[in-house]
Amino acid sequence: MTVERIYVFKRFERFWHWSQAMLIIFMLITGFEVHGSYHLLGFASAVELHTIAAWTLVSLWVFAIFWHFTTGEWMQYIPTTEKVVAMIKFYSVGIFQGAPHPFRATTLKKHNPLQRLAYLGVLLFIGPLIWFTGWFYLFYGSWREWGVESLLSLEWVAFFHTAAAFMMLAFLIAHVYLTTTGHTPTSHIKAMITGWEEVD
Amino acid sequence: MTPTSRTIKASLGVAAMLVAFNASALQAKPDAAATQAVNGGKNAHASTADHSKFKELQKNFKTGPEVTEACLLCHTEAAKQVQHTKHWTWQSLDPKTGQLRGKKNIINNYCTSVVSNEKDCMACHAGYGWKDQSFDFSVEKNVDCLICHDSTGTYRKLPGYAGHPVYKRVEFPHGSGRFVEAVDLKKVAQSIAMPSRSNCGSCHFFGGGANGAKHGDMDSSLQHPGKYLDVHMNEQGLNFSCTTCHATSSHQVSGSRYNVAAAVTGKAAIRGNVDSTPSSCQSCHGNKPHSEKMSRLNQHTDKIACQTCHIPEYARNDIGTELSWDWSKATIMDENGKRIVRKDSAGRRAFDSQKGEWKWESHVIPEYRWFNGESTYKVIGDKIDPTQTVPLSVVGGSPDDPGSRIWPTKVHRGKQPYDTVNLTLTVQHTGGEDDTALWHNYDWQKAIGTGMKAAGLPYSGQYDFVDTELTWPITHMVAPKEDALTCVQCHSKNGRLKGVPGIYMPSRDGNQWLDMIGWTVALLTLLGVLAHGAIRILTSKKEG
Repeated sequence: MTVERIYVFKRFERFWHWSQAMLIIFMLITGFEVHGSYHLLGFASAVELHTIAAWTLVSLWVFAIFWHFTTGEWMQYIPTTEKVVAMIKFYSVGIFQGAPHPFRATTLKKHNPLQRLAYLGVLLFIGPLIWFTGWFYLFYGSWREWGVESLLSLEWVAFFHTAAAFMMLAFLIAHVYLTTTGHTPTSHIKAMITGWEEVD
Repeated sequence: MTPTSRTIKASLGVAAMLVAFNASALQAKPDAAATQAVNGGKNAHASTADHSKFKELQKNFKTGPEVTEACLLCHTEAAKQVQHTKHWTWQSLDPKTGQLRGKKNIINNYCTSVVSNEKDCMACHAGYGWKDQSFDFSVEKNVDCLICHDSTGTYRKLPGYAGHPVYKRVEFPHGSGRFVEAVDLKKVAQSIAMPSRSNCGSCHFFGGGANGAKHGDMDSSLQHPGKYLDVHMNEQGLNFSCTTCHATSSHQVSGSRYNVAAAVTGKAAIRGNVDSTPSSCQSCHGNKPHSEKMSRLNQHTDKIACQTCHIPEYARNDIGTELSWDWSKATIMDENGKRIVRKDSAGRRAFDSQKGEWKWESHVIPEYRWFNGESTYKVIGDKIDPTQTVPLSVVGGSPDDPGSRIWPTKVHRGKQPYDTVNLTLTVQHTGGEDDTALWHNYDWQKAIGTGMKAAGLPYSGQYDFVDTELTWPITHMVAPKEDALTCVQCHSKNGRLKGVPGIYMPSRDGNQWLDMIGWTVALLTLLGVLAHGAIRILTSKKEG
């Protein structure tokens, strides 16, 4: 079996990924403290840092969205049903038998079908839910001015914000684990650092 | 001691009329220099009139009303104005219910009621001669100008004289061997000034019959407060007097517990704007008082009163405040049938056979309530339900009412007599030297009989004691910003606002189901990937 190296993650993409990863982990830590799950940094600091991280992530996303559309990379997230069943079979059976990965990443198709679905879910569901609720949470003091006071309650805004955070946490755990399922346990991570992926 | 401070200490002596055991400690020390300090010192508003030069006041006045007559020669409308204030009527109309409240009508769980005890209680009335229900409220010369405008600190009104000052040297308290000198009315009349802290304080610091007893956010420590105690009245700083906030017009003092501006919105008031309430935080600070950097705090102003964070504790001194008064322990005597008087470790009244048992506390953490500025009071004759704690004053408001805010309150708990047949709280004759006065004869039956008769209420002859509760908003003793509550003092599971309903607070609140499901999903995901990884390792070893 020959090992080939292909260039999958461009410089900006890698920067976006890792800074976003750190921000999300940091926001999970501070967010669950604001929620009252534990005491770590102190409530006031947690709120302050969570807000700063939120604004940083907003800025990062503005650049990332711009990048995705100008480079056409957004197409990487278009869902496909092709090989989805094969992927599920691979993760549940084949991976334990040393079967070959049914998907072969290329520069043009760097995400496998399950990745596409998962990331699209994060981008179209968890993301908007967390941003939308977070925005109203942050601007609670302006509800009256905006005329939305009677439509919203902080209790439900917080509920959905927290629910989205739990989803993000579950995604994070699964995502981190799945990085070890490449050609070698570290090949995906290396790719995300160097841009170069080893493929079968 | 500076002349100024001596003056203020001296005028505090006025208050000792209510605080028998404090009388000698706060003994008045009249002093010409002190008088001058108030009239001409930089702390006083320099007046355009020197009352000592007025020919109307060059007279040896014999009584208070004589002085008032002299005042009215120039200040022709003054008495009429005062007669329209609560300081004179001791009455306040609830505009919503039409109920008449005020000291004249309500029953509280401190001294309970003024009715039948006027001779004593009226030591704090801005008038002369209110000794019973027959008092004529239209007589102008009976308005007491001096209690609010004396700057000598020598004008004292003692209980027992129906609001008259001491005209003849008298032993006070009776049998104590201590004497109160007769007031020099000529000198007092010639030393007129705008009301100072000691004038207001002579009554308001000593309500309930002891220093700090009643309010908890007002006591004699506000005479010379440091920054820690009161950021506005701090003598080394802003040095506000009471009337800086309680701005007064035509003798109407703004700001009253009977009608609190609980949720003032909008910007800080402009001077001269008659619609604004000067005695609220917002009238100077607006409702977005925090800097841009702290703008999140401004988001709290639609739910939280300023006082909630900025008065983290009340009675922040050794004086403390009374938290309960149990009248049912009154008339308990020692084994020889003699009166028992006991103080607590801080020297505050703890037990007295005349009055019962008290509990005091310093640095008290308030109880927090939704409040819209409207309180409901029990007045004399109101029916009660003795199977429950009787609310004597309840702060109105709810989380759904945009005019309500979460306020700090003092709750004073008591036990006091009621008529078990007619189901009314009783009025009892406590003060006095006569046979039916409780403090003289220790006989509840006689004291209640006289009190109820004076109040014009039926009395069945059966009495017992019932638990009562009085809830008052806290608004004085504003702390410097460094001492304001921090976020986590409320934003935590067992914080200050634990149990305050109708509001979602991050960290205090959350959906238990969501938390349970959320953490379960996260945990199962973790276990799932760990199991998956473990199987991978095992199977790869087998193959390898």
